[in-house]
Amino acid sequence: MDTLILSRWQFAITTIYHFFFVPLTLGLSVLLAIMETAYVRTGNKIYKQMCKFWGKLFVINFAVGVATGIVLEFQFGMNWSEYSRFVGDIFGAPLAIEALLAFFLESTFLGIWIFGWERLSKHVHLAAIWLVAIGSNLSALWILIANSFMHEPVGYYLNPALGRAEMTDFWALITNPHVWLQFPHVVTSGMTTAAVFVLGISAYHLLRRTEPGKVFQKSFRLAAVYGLVGIILVIFIGHKQAQHIVQQQPMKMAAAEALWESADPADLSVIAIFSQERQETIWSIEIPRGLSIMAFDSLDGQVRGIKDLQEEFVANHGPGDYIPPVFLLYWSFRLMVGSGFLMFFALAYAVYLVARDRFAEKRWFLWLLSWVLFLPYVANTCGWLLTELGRQPWIVYELMLTADAVSPNVSAGTVLLSLIGFSLIYAVLMVANIYLLVKHARQPKAITS
Amino acid sequence: MELQVVWFVLIAVLFVGFFFLEGFDYGVGILMPFLGKNDRERRTIINTIGPFWDANEVWLITAGGAMFAAFPNWYATLFSGFYLALFIMLIALIARAVAFEFRSKDDHPRWRQVWDWLLFGGSLVPALLWGVAMGNLIRGVPIDSDMHYVGSFFSLLNGYALLTGLAALSVFTLHGAVFLSLRTSDELERRAHRVAKYVWIPAVVLAIAAAVATFFQTDMVERLGVFAAIVPLCGGAALLLTRYFLNRHRNGRAFVMTGLSIICSVATIFVALYPRVMISTLNPEWSLTIHNASSSEYTLRVMSIVALVFVPVVLAYQAWSYYIFRQRITSESHLEY
Repeated sequence: MDTLILSRWQFAITTIYHFFFVPLTLGLSVLLAIMETAYVRTGNKIYKQMCKFWGKLFVINFAVGVATGIVLEFQFGMNWSEYSRFVGDIFGAPLAIEALLAFFLESTFLGIWIFGWERLSKHVHLAAIWLVAIGSNLSALWILIANSFMHEPVGYYLNPALGRAEMTDFWALITNPHVWLQFPHVVTSGMTTAAVFVLGISAYHLLRRTEPGKVFQKSFRLAAVYGLVGIILVIFIGHKQAQHIVQQQPMKMAAAEALWESADPADLSVIAIFSQERQETIWSIEIPRGLSIMAFDSLDGQVRGIKDLQEEFVANHGPGDYIPPVFLLYWSFRLMVGSGFLMFFALAYAVYLVARDRFAEKRWFLWLLSWVLFLPYVANTCGWLLTELGRQPWIVYELMLTADAVSPNVSAGTVLLSLIGFSLIYAVLMVANIYLLVKHARQPKAITS
Repeated sequence: MELQVVWFVLIAVLFVGFFFLEGFDYGVGILMPFLGKNDRERRTIINTIGPFWDANEVWLITAGGAMFAAFPNWYATLFSGFYLALFIMLIALIARAVAFEFRSKDDHPRWRQVWDWLLFGGSLVPALLWGVAMGNLIRGVPIDSDMHYVGSFFSLLNGYALLTGLAALSVFTLHGAVFLSLRTSDELERRAHRVAKYVWIPAVVLAIAAAVATFFQTDMVERLGVFAAIVPLCGGAALLLTRYFLNRHRNGRAFVMTGLSIICSVATIFVALYPRVMISTLNPEWSLTIHNASSSEYTLRVMSIVALVFVPVVLAYQAWSYYIFRQRITSESHLEY
């Protein structure tokens, strides 16, 4: 194996691992802020107990996210030095701003929030958790501004003398249309993740009738509504995002649909067996005109296929294989959308039960909700696989190939060593993290003490 | 003034701030298993930095981000060149960050013991490696004409860099001990004070040894000149004065002194580096400078505006967080970690 493959594995593993923890931080920070707002406004102790209980799970989850976040920042330089030289002028800025604007805010006020219960006035303490929520969501904004440049480069100029891309319009970077689809999609999937997390654990306690039951009933009601709003927005924005991708990164969509030939109208593949090598679909179930409807909100409209796009890339950029891994994209897309709709049904039913105040009796549904807990993690991971693998073989779309971005002076053996090292520590931490989460989720010590 | 200079200074300030703040965090982590005789004491020690350590670490993340944004070639050469050293540092930092949060969330003595040692190692390894990194930065490393580091991991572990590493480790430990004497009370405070006096001895010896080696191993002397030489001399004087204040139980002033010695040492390194950011031992022409490593004028201008607006805000609320948690932690205090 060469440095390129190993570096890609390391980046993928670190990023996916990091993103197991991030969405919960994004969504739960806001939910905690809502709970504490309710506490400060009503003075009802139940809300404070909710903050303490969910707050403990929040910080356990947060710790691993923070710890792995540093690796993410370092590995651009460590593994992708040529990428860093090529786009540093543009890409470095949002990263630095993320640290300055968001990480300081998030970390300082989380410290104040965790340690300040007894030391601060209620209102100041409430402000602290809102600042944590704002800080973590701001960090998502800035990192996605950086990430969006990789998908849809804007506001730049290619400096031939220095052989690099340079920023010419900071405002264009911020208003990149890709950002304003991706950022809301990530934030609302964070809401959904947090809601499903809270619902799943609340359902467990409602089944066991843990005292004080009010904590879990209130949490259940709040999370059901929060999550339904979240998932509806996720689906709606996701749809808009798909339409945008058809225009901007047609190869990603063609691969995600295993659409070999351009078609008008295009059918939507529901399930298929295909071969990327032979570039053909062997067997499939399709919804007639489905893809055209999805892409254009109309019964007609041409969606371009992989073969045509490959030819176009060759014409524009010279010979090469410009087709991303179709199998992974196709199934990531289906798992993401499938998990999303399952969560939508679960959350809609939960809200329906909350409205009729009958959720505590539906024991089968409460039991089921503990299993729904896995879905946001599947959807989040598949979403990123779709986004980033769909960009391949480019690291910056149509500007730089991933193969040209890797550090030339880092050997394969070195990367293999770090890949094994990181993977091992991630695995151990995952076990410790799940152990602690389960322990504290099961025994609500935070409430009684 | 040129914006490249502004950003060089800003990155220097970020590293100075980082080493000042994270310096005592590392020291506290290193001393914790030895100073804390029982679980309550160990928790007390961890809680002295509980609300701060994460925000202190963000100084590093911001410094890294600022390097990336303002001097992409510096960031790329340094991070790819010091690959394995950074890998080890990252593993240590991951273990340490998680240890803070996980350690006290389970009562089992075995569980706590494991995290205690991870916290110890996770503090010791970076404290040492930062010193090694700084030593190599000022001594120079093999960089070719394409700005690529062409040495190996082991060429970073030369005698000089190891010496600066040990000096950093001992000074951070001292800094942490003095910090602990300010944040704890009674028996723990006395113990921290006593340990500070012990640690002061190797800290001074190693710092002097590192200073002498720097004289012979680097071009620092000719670089600094008479005026700038005041900076390292102040640092040395501050380290010596630490003992004076410790003997008189003026721990607050002793902390100012250990802090000052760190600030002056790091500042000296950056002053001697300027205008280079990475020195090539192969050919002085191949060194990275604030000019050939920098971002475009436009990017630097945008980033300067952002920094000008937000750095004061960040400093203000971080200072406020230290003000909130200014009280010593006593045997009655509620412990979160």
